[in-house]
Amino acid sequence: MAPQISTLRRALFMPAIASRFMAPSALSRSFSRSADEDCSTFTVDIAVQFKGHNVEPPAQVVETSAKELMKFFKDMSRMRRMEIASDQLYKSKLIRGFCHLYDGQEAVCIGMEAALTKEDNIITGYRDHCTYLGRGGTLPEVFSELMGRRNGCTLGKGGSMHFYKKENGFYGGHGIVGAQVPLGVGLAFAQKYEKVKGVTFALYGDGAANQGQIFESLNMAALWDLPAVYVCENNHYGMGTAEWRSAKCPEYYKRGDYVPGLKVDGMDTLAVKQAVGFAKEHALSKGPIILEMDTYRYHGHSMSDPGSTYRTREEISGVRQERDPIERIRKLILLKEIASAADLKSIEKEVKNEVEDAVAKAKESAPPDPSDLYSNAYVKGYGTQAFGCDRKHSTVVLP
Amino acid sequence: MTFNFAMQAIDHIINSAAKTNYMSAGQISVPIVFRGPNGAAAGVAAQHSQCFAAWYGSCPGLKVLSPYSAEDARGLLKAAIRDPDPVVFLENEILYGEAFPVSAEVLDPSFVLPIGKAKIEREGTDVTVTAFSKMVGYALKAAEILEKEGINVEVINLRSIRPLDRATINQSVRKTNRLVTVEEGWPQHGIGAEICTSVVEESFDYLDAPVERITGADVPMPYAANLERMAVPQIEDIVRAVKRACSRSARGK
Repeated sequence: MAPQISTLRRALFMPAIASRFMAPSALSRSFSRSADEDCSTFTVDIAVQFKGHNVEPPAQVVETSAKELMKFFKDMSRMRRMEIASDQLYKSKLIRGFCHLYDGQEAVCIGMEAALTKEDNIITGYRDHCTYLGRGGTLPEVFSELMGRRNGCTLGKGGSMHFYKKENGFYGGHGIVGAQVPLGVGLAFAQKYEKVKGVTFALYGDGAANQGQIFESLNMAALWDLPAVYVCENNHYGMGTAEWRSAKCPEYYKRGDYVPGLKVDGMDTLAVKQAVGFAKEHALSKGPIILEMDTYRYHGHSMSDPGSTYRTREEISGVRQERDPIERIRKLILLKEIASAADLKSIEKEVKNEVEDAVAKAKESAPPDPSDLYSNAYVKGYGTQAFGCDRKHSTVVLP
Repeated sequence: MTFNFAMQAIDHIINSAAKTNYMSAGQISVPIVFRGPNGAAAGVAAQHSQCFAAWYGSCPGLKVLSPYSAEDARGLLKAAIRDPDPVVFLENEILYGEAFPVSAEVLDPSFVLPIGKAKIEREGTDVTVTAFSKMVGYALKAAEILEKEGINVEVINLRSIRPLDRATINQSVRKTNRLVTVEEGWPQHGIGAEICTSVVEESFDYLDAPVERITGADVPMPYAANLERMAVPQIEDIVRAVKRACSRSARGK
């Protein structure tokens, strides 16, 4: 048992060796406002090697710009703040039921969005707050939904695990582990059938990776050359079970066998962007590919899990110190003199205020109307009756 | 985990467990117990709140039990494990945190409850209320409220969904002449529907009023607290239904 633990620890602590940067093309520009608009590109080396399975990995250098890095910083800071605020709201019982937080994993959804468009689809499990924000959701919609208010993204009827934004290609938000993956393959099937030049990214965790339906649908995707990308967000723990205890082969990017795979440092936003762009091209021309994102969640599985009974506090704080995705971008921005430390602090403050405002607004917003109990049960109700708990006391005719 | 996740394995529960003894003409029995939380918790939304009593209860080959009190949990689980057939044991997450008084007999290592026998939790004369799991507690509270208004309620804790103790239920209705069924699950084809039909078939002449049923609302479970409250039976729903059942007098009385 001991050797496997230290292997896992070593893997997690693979230090983010400061990237060997090319000579900065920028002058000492230290005002974030101009940095926000500077689209001139430069390249950055990706520190951790991609590992390919039956595929030649993409280059270890990625193109980016000051504008993109500033956007990464702001968007990830906003997501981080949002999850921390959700933690507090759950503890004050304004959020009920389940609450699965994503802090630590922000690089995955931000890196994905940098390489995708709204023509591409994303579908994920229940750890979906940040994915929703990445797909164009807003903070007020998130907090209202979490608190069960009518202006939440799903009218307060879905809750934490059921965020959707179909118009932006975000298909939820699913509670049953692994079930979203075959749905994602179905979405890819539709894209191919309707000749849409888009790809579907189906996200799942290391816990879900052993699910049979993942392999069943992978076979179909490969057989029919569907534009599907499987993204395993490997945060190394399926609830409280470490990957070495649950999987015979925890090298999830290899598990596709005949389907190629790529292992990616999921805490490096630029690496994620590079890998996702590569995967999208592959899926459009050759068929499915698996991306394993080596990532980490700071919180436990959900708010009912302290997250420290199956891993040490040293491990958690170690990852925070060595591999935090936001700190990485901060260091890069400072190194390339894109903005000053003070600028970044003021962005963090701005984002904190955004989050606090959204929380305050959501706290004051109204719960759903009682008639919403029955709405959207069907698209077409054919005039049937739906009943409340006491059928003679409350009944509704469905349109 | 919860029975919501069992749907991913339900083929095996039904086709491999429930039917095997029959298909193999008794060569292979399946003495397995499937246990876990069933039904709504609090704020866990549509995919985590379904009550599966009616679905499993309709399957020949399965036995389905659902405890309410600590005594039920202890006695029925032991009976389930000892039983040679597949048993689906439907617990309740909210009840895990509730304490119940138990007698010395219950604590005895040899304590076991019979499968297929309901318990009269509260004796009464005016109306029979059937319930299982968490709803037994609600029915008992409703009975206390109704007592103050002069209605004497008999509460039956089903304990066993399949086999259903039709004898105890019918015997009770023949005494009280009125029936209200209570369950958390969806109304159509629910436990109450089967109980109502059983009573209509066997004790029709004893009924002085139509059978009333209180169930979960006919919708997937919403998340928002105010909607969730409307989707799950409340004590006031049971009180209202009992009063309706008691408002009609028997013909010829």
